[in-house]
Amino acid sequence: MFETREMLKVFQQYRGDAIVIPGRAKKHWSQISTQPRLDLTLSDVAMGGHAAFSFGLALALPERKVVLFDSEGDVLTGLGILPVIADHQPRNFYHFMLDNECYATTGGQPVPNAKRTSYAGLAREAGYAHAYAYEDLAEFSSNIVRILEEPGPVFVAMKVVPEVWNGDLNRWKVPRSRAQVLKEFREQLRITT
Amino acid sequence: MSQVRETPLKPQTLLGEITKNGVTHVLWLPDSETSWLYPLIEGEPTLTLVTLTREGFAFSMAAGLVLGGKTPIIQIQNTGLMESGDSLRGWGLDLETPVVMLIGYRGWTRRGATLDSAAVYTERFLNAFNISYYLVESDADAPRISLAFEETRRSRRPVAVLVGDEHIASNFGYAR
Repeated sequence: MFETREMLKVFQQYRGDAIVIPGRAKKHWSQISTQPRLDLTLSDVAMGGHAAFSFGLALALPERKVVLFDSEGDVLTGLGILPVIADHQPRNFYHFMLDNECYATTGGQPVPNAKRTSYAGLAREAGYAHAYAYEDLAEFSSNIVRILEEPGPVFVAMKVVPEVWNGDLNRWKVPRSRAQVLKEFREQLRITT
Repeated sequence: MSQVRETPLKPQTLLGEITKNGVTHVLWLPDSETSWLYPLIEGEPTLTLVTLTREGFAFSMAAGLVLGGKTPIIQIQNTGLMESGDSLRGWGLDLETPVVMLIGYRGWTRRGATLDSAAVYTERFLNAFNISYYLVESDADAPRISLAFEETRRSRRPVAVLVGDEHIASNFGYAR
């Protein structure tokens, strides 16, 4: 297992001009990202929907890399999206997944089959172009450039240290409001809808 | 006394409304009410068909497409709509996603008792979320679909079109 924050620092070096949906890593990413206008820090919209949201964005903007930091809890809620994404083979979609083996924001209760599920295996068999699993940050770091050069859809499962919190989620409040995030994103990409 | 039967809702009419309103992506989990539209959508070069596995994905995916400048339509059954409540709340309403939902109104009838609980709860469900809806039962009702598009663009909220008369085989003399 490795620290989410340290992984994001590595990713940031190679992000380029990719759109990033930080998902449940938002509290760290908002302090690390150098291009916040390309970050969709949406807070907790509705469990299990980030993958379909990011996939929709990837279809709409095929010239841009779209990078999602999903969680294993969200993926388990919406496993059926994996074959939908694979069906369309979006070459610009990079689906990273933080696996802390628990529901961290409700007190750290384990997700079902936490130690034995192979999420990379699920993505691979669903039809993703590439799927990887990392438990060691050094190994992740030595492969991140290659991963981001591969055509998507790519799935990367990562074992990360749980950051259990069972209290006021506003403690992790991000600096920009949701409305501001969407407004600045549209302005940055000159989207008028 | 003679009784004039309105022209049944044809899939070609639905497709015409969809293309007229600039739809780019059809987010669909197949349902029996709109199954005859499927081959027409597949054959329409201006539309990208995305077949889903769960109706809730339609709302989050629509939010992504809209943010990227596209115009999706959601096509699901009322049963799936009810399964999608939290996605509709978060990705549809909270993110102010303008999207028309074409809802197959399973169980809908104007005659006698409504026996299917899917129909019993559909409008109550929409009212609970304060979602506007238009009932479409025949070709003559089809312009209501454009009204739904106008309203969703204006309000930046999902708007429903309830397909109340199945454009099914029996309407056209086809065998299923």
